[in-house]
Amino acid sequence: MHSFQPARREFLQLLSGSAGAAWLAANWPALVSAAEHAHAAAASANPKLEVLTEEQARELDALTSRIIPTDDVAGAHEAGVIYFIDRALKTFAKEDLPSYQKGFPEVLGRTKKLFPGVASFSAATTDQQDKILADLFAESEKGDATRRLNPDAPQSSFVELLRIHTVFGYLVDPDGGGNRDYAGWKAIGRDPAHMFSPPFGVYDRDYPGWQPSPAETEKK
Amino acid sequence: MSQARVTYKPSEEVDFVIVGSGAAGGVLAKELSTNGFHVVVLEQGPYLREKDFTHDESKIFAQHLLTNHPETQPVTFRKSSADVAKKMPAVLYGNCVGGSSVHFTANYWRLHEIDFIEHSKTGDIPGANCADWPITYADLEPYYTKVEWEVGVSGLAGASPFDPPRTKPYPMPPLPVKGCGVVFERAARKLGYHPFPAPMAILSQARPGRSACENCGFCLGFGCEFGAKSSALASVIPMAEKTGRCEIRPNSYVHRIEVDKNGRVAGALYYDVKRVVHLQRAKAVILAANGAETPRLLLLSSSSQFPQGLANSSGYVGKNLMPNSNVVACGVFDEPLNDYKGFAVSRVMHDFYELDPKLGFHGGGGLDARYDFTPIAAALNGLPPDAPKWGADFKKMLRHNFTRTFEVFCHGTSLPVETNGFSLDPDVKDAWGLPALRMTFRDHPNDLKMMTWMKDRALEILDAAGARTKWSTPVVEQEFVVHLLGTCRMGNDPKKSVINADHRAHDVKNLFLCDGSSLVTSGRGQPTMTIQALAYRAADRITALARRGEISA
Repeated sequence: MHSFQPARREFLQLLSGSAGAAWLAANWPALVSAAEHAHAAAASANPKLEVLTEEQARELDALTSRIIPTDDVAGAHEAGVIYFIDRALKTFAKEDLPSYQKGFPEVLGRTKKLFPGVASFSAATTDQQDKILADLFAESEKGDATRRLNPDAPQSSFVELLRIHTVFGYLVDPDGGGNRDYAGWKAIGRDPAHMFSPPFGVYDRDYPGWQPSPAETEKK
Repeated sequence: MSQARVTYKPSEEVDFVIVGSGAAGGVLAKELSTNGFHVVVLEQGPYLREKDFTHDESKIFAQHLLTNHPETQPVTFRKSSADVAKKMPAVLYGNCVGGSSVHFTANYWRLHEIDFIEHSKTGDIPGANCADWPITYADLEPYYTKVEWEVGVSGLAGASPFDPPRTKPYPMPPLPVKGCGVVFERAARKLGYHPFPAPMAILSQARPGRSACENCGFCLGFGCEFGAKSSALASVIPMAEKTGRCEIRPNSYVHRIEVDKNGRVAGALYYDVKRVVHLQRAKAVILAANGAETPRLLLLSSSSQFPQGLANSSGYVGKNLMPNSNVVACGVFDEPLNDYKGFAVSRVMHDFYELDPKLGFHGGGGLDARYDFTPIAAALNGLPPDAPKWGADFKKMLRHNFTRTFEVFCHGTSLPVETNGFSLDPDVKDAWGLPALRMTFRDHPNDLKMMTWMKDRALEILDAAGARTKWSTPVVEQEFVVHLLGTCRMGNDPKKSVINADHRAHDVKNLFLCDGSSLVTSGRGQPTMTIQALAYRAADRITALARRGEISA
């Protein structure tokens, strides 16, 4: 089983209270183990690649940068996602390495099919890159139906695997690797502080304190 | 100054060996050692303390500090006995001193009076194996109060008109309201409902050695480094150790309960951290290993005297699993709630606790307003089902929604079904070479119907609250459970239950079981409060039996 490919239902469980902890416990240990290894590299001013070639890293950077692009705030590139993934492929997600080895040529093939004059995904314009990814994701979604009917089949396409890896690398606690300088957390509005005092947001600012409703007594 | 802890040799016969140091085991250890008995608690997992807890998810989950290990302790799952069970992480429980109470949400509802007598009121339900409890709410009320005061529960007595009678208020006020609580409360009241501040096993006021909640946001799934979450680790276990009569022995993997030629238990066999086997001798054994591991241990302890498994003449060991039904509805609001800060749950509503059977189903449930998304979960599955999955629009939506979303979590009845439960897998072994836990489960159709109804009410509340966007998780058959209830139920009839009202095994005089497995009905969710109340009561009953010489005789 791919260590980095949670099924949709497992992620639904992440929404559902204690089940969320359950999924994490069952699926995340290997991920975060690798994250620890990745942390040093991601935090370094000159991180080094351990699995990916320079060319693969360039392609991966281009791919992840379209999955979570840079806008007015940091994207996957600034968060050091490729270094997180590189270490993942060396450690907990070793079994996913073949997916990457197969995936890069697939991306290249799709690039050349859609844009014959373009030498690689990273050489394409961002508009072209988005069209290539959209094509790959559309195919992946078609494949989802097949995979649902055959639970023994690989549970994720390369782009879906890549999407999940990218999100993890972008949002994992920086102490565990990735999310360099809290880039991902800052982007989504999660204050990196570890302790907070109320009011927490807009709606609880003017809360007058709990009062029994007039209907309380009539209900009992 | 740290106090020297008592230790016992395994060969030394103690009064009680307790298997499991979680919500029930911790309470039993504290109560029995306080009452003068010599106690050894055998815990599968490590002994972690507040200093070991961290906000770094990798430190916790990478080292499997808090929960069962899916590789060393594999679980298999099937929907029915006709299926071949496959390895999957279908069950989660705590695996450290303090058990699941270390990582739980800390929602602390009491059961209501109806939960103890529901079978008498509703009669038989096709496909379900319902029964009344051998005790009533009134029997348990003093112990609920004891939990609240001793363990530390924050809340507001009388705030819910549906609350059962209580003899004392909560020992401390509710935790501060969160944005989800404010929005939910206003909307629910608009619809005529009765929301109230969530009773939580989290301190709103400091206690000696324990901080009040610092609202760090790393609550569900994490150990609390402030000691604010009222886990067994933070609350009762220090009290047990302070007596000088209780040893907590971590990294002790119990695999068999030893039985003598007279059919009485003599102690617990366990592997230490080096996988050396020891027998901890004891006058009596108490299993508080949780609703999965307690029946597994009984089944692993089969012998010529107990061919179906220890204490299993009824055949009920491992059966009638009730994990509580659940579904989640989410809403996105205009302004930041920032509900990632703080504990999970802010407001609860029990208007649907006892629903009218004319709706077409039995039971009921509770709703709560909460936010328990981690950033990664929010990104991968916290967005609406039709949200973009990647690219600029995905990032834009995530940036907008993360601070503006909350959930209405619906919890409800699970009916007991005899074919649902735990058994030993015939093929898969754990890392110690023992048969793995096999779960067989399919929700009773009643529970799925009820959850569908509850989901619609949750969405109505989000509508009334002014959610810009709302959606819900699908109501589907569960393949993953954390509430491990009913698998060694208590009862007066030895043919239809495993333990009596004193938590004593019908078949073995000096064997007691007390954890989620003891429950006869599932309540409407949030079982830990009741598990601890049962443990306090069991400790009283066991103490009385021991003092009268009725255990060793």
